[in-house]
Amino acid sequence: MITLGHYIVLSVLLFGIGVFGILTRRNAIGILMSLELIFNAVNINMVAFSKFLTPDLVYGELFAIFIIAVAAAESVLGLAIILAIYRKKQTVNADEMNIMKY
Amino acid sequence: MEVGDLNIILLGYLIPFLPLLAFIIIVSMTKKFRLTSAIISISAIFISFLLSLILLYFRLKDTNAHNFIEYNLPWLSLGNFNLNVGILINNLTAIMLIVVTTVSLLVQIYSIGYMHGDDGFSRFFAFISLFSFSMLGIVVSNNLLQLYIFWELVGLCSYLLIGFWYHKPEASDAAKKAFVVTRFGDFGFLLGILILTYNAGTFNFIEIEHYLKAGNMDAGLLTIVILLLFCGAVGKSGQFPLHVWLPDAMEGPTPVSALIHAATMVAAGVFMVARLFDIFSLSSDALKIIAYIGGFTAIFSATIALTQDDIKRVLAYSTLSQLGYMMLALGVSGYTAGMFHLYTHAFFKALLFLCAGSVIHAMHTNNIWEMGGLHKKMPITSITFLIAAFAISGIFPLSGFWSKDEILVNVYESGNKILYYAAVITAFLTAFYMFRLYFVTFTGNLKDEHAHESPAVMTVPLILLALLSIISGFVGIPGTEKSIYNFLYTGEHPHEVAMNLKIAISSNIVALSGILFAFLIYGLKLIKAETMKKITGPFYVISKNKYFIDEIYLFLIRKIFFAITEFVKWFDRHIVDGAVNLVAFLCRWAGAKLRLTINGNVQSYALIIFSGMILIIAVFAIYNPEALRIFGGR
Repeated sequence: MITLGHYIVLSVLLFGIGVFGILTRRNAIGILMSLELIFNAVNINMVAFSKFLTPDLVYGELFAIFIIAVAAAESVLGLAIILAIYRKKQTVNADEMNIMKY
Repeated sequence: MEVGDLNIILLGYLIPFLPLLAFIIIVSMTKKFRLTSAIISISAIFISFLLSLILLYFRLKDTNAHNFIEYNLPWLSLGNFNLNVGILINNLTAIMLIVVTTVSLLVQIYSIGYMHGDDGFSRFFAFISLFSFSMLGIVVSNNLLQLYIFWELVGLCSYLLIGFWYHKPEASDAAKKAFVVTRFGDFGFLLGILILTYNAGTFNFIEIEHYLKAGNMDAGLLTIVILLLFCGAVGKSGQFPLHVWLPDAMEGPTPVSALIHAATMVAAGVFMVARLFDIFSLSSDALKIIAYIGGFTAIFSATIALTQDDIKRVLAYSTLSQLGYMMLALGVSGYTAGMFHLYTHAFFKALLFLCAGSVIHAMHTNNIWEMGGLHKKMPITSITFLIAAFAISGIFPLSGFWSKDEILVNVYESGNKILYYAAVITAFLTAFYMFRLYFVTFTGNLKDEHAHESPAVMTVPLILLALLSIISGFVGIPGTEKSIYNFLYTGEHPHEVAMNLKIAISSNIVALSGILFAFLIYGLKLIKAETMKKITGPFYVISKNKYFIDEIYLFLIRKIFFAITEFVKWFDRHIVDGAVNLVAFLCRWAGAKLRLTINGNVQSYALIIFSGMILIIAVFAIYNPEALRIFGGR
């Protein structure tokens, strides 16, 4: 029997992997992928809570769909920015993008 | 409301409004057409004058002097506190409207001649119209705030007109001096108004009066409030010690001196006290102080007037002295006498100034010792000046006699001997310096052959004012039923004014001896002026230098005031600014250190954000486990 706890553990694991990826990956595209993992951790949470706590309502599922749509748009934007940076600096290495400072 | 009342209300709004309209038209349209501007301004004040006459007629028809008509036009509403543009028409207003419009009308006609060929001709008439509007506004106001606004407006007009020839440094300095000195008084006035309104919850004269009569205010506080209100009058009416601005204000064009600094604006202080007399009379202590200040100003300025060389300055000190007389009358509860003197004084003092203007116009100098023998060349000016001089000296039966005599009777009946003798001595001095002026200027050897009589546009107002100086006193003959006293008096029972023959005759003798004295010295030259100078010695020097008041003020400002400001400046620069700079320095120092942590790497930023979040959760978990519920905990 799969309980709410299982889903939450899965979600926490995904979130953790995502955070780890964001903080450690050097490749900008990798960071973007890690971000997607965090989004999906949230989605799993949403759907799981919706199913177990309010089975009659579909708010959680609805939000998950919205998040997927927004995440797609966000990925497009992120990739576009990375592409622009690549054209300018010939690299997608996050360590070399350090102009956001004093 | 009756139809008559409605008419009066309409008149009350129209009379001040017309000069304002003239001002707007001149400023916006006819600035380039000089004569048109003058005609617009004069027609406006002429219509106002006619309307004032109608209003006076309405008031005369009403046999009950207590009646008044009040009307409020809502202006601002702040919560349940309402500000109104109101008018309060009573007998006092009616008289004052006549005084202001008459003098303003005649002075404006005179100005066509006097200001002829001046570059600022249109500007002059615009300012005079604005002034007439403001002054009439003071007269009809029914609440303190409105009164104060118009009060400041006349101050502004005074400033603009004293500095009319602003290219002369003396004129612009005098304008600034007038503005700053009166500000001292106005500050007290504003404080008084605010304290009154804070307590009574209204600006309205009559409501405040009811509030105070119900005994709602502590007597000590009431005295202070009344003295604060009186501060305004001290500034505007040039009472000691704020009198220093008025003689300097003579730098303005002479018609301005006649209108603003003799007849109307400087009398606004007296008028204000008279208008609020029901409030002022609630504190006998305050009235006593007012009487002493008035009496002192009267004799003090008269002694200065004795030795001045500038024809307009003599008249300015004379104005101060007469205003002191009015204040003295108000201070001894001679409310009607004070107002009566204001009314007669407006005519003869305006006349004196306009005559002086006529002389200056002919001679191009203000120094009386460069004049002389002008009677032959300028007969009309000379004769009208003589009439005014007799009137101000209080010679029977000219207007000044009736009003001055009434003040003397009031002071005498108050039982204060010091003030009475001060008033009598002032009467002597007044007669002396006026006739010193007359003899030196108009008799003796002719010193300038080019002098000529002024054009008719200037002499006709002189003649009309001379006529008024003669007849305007007849409304105040004591003992008659329909005298100005009963008209103005608002007390309980009819105001009986008996003629005090002893005082009347003695005051005339005093005045005549003053004239005789002046005649002996300056007319016949039997007594040499030089000898008098030697006999009086130090007194002459003191009087000539105006008691060194200006020098004392300068000393106080330079040595004491500047020393204080020097300290304040140091405190501001080092302590206040230092504190501000310290904060700025700390911020910059902290920023310089902290910015090193910002290395530009996005991932390190993300790490900081995550660590921060975890830190917050940790803090919550330790101090407030309940709050963890927002993160989904139990």
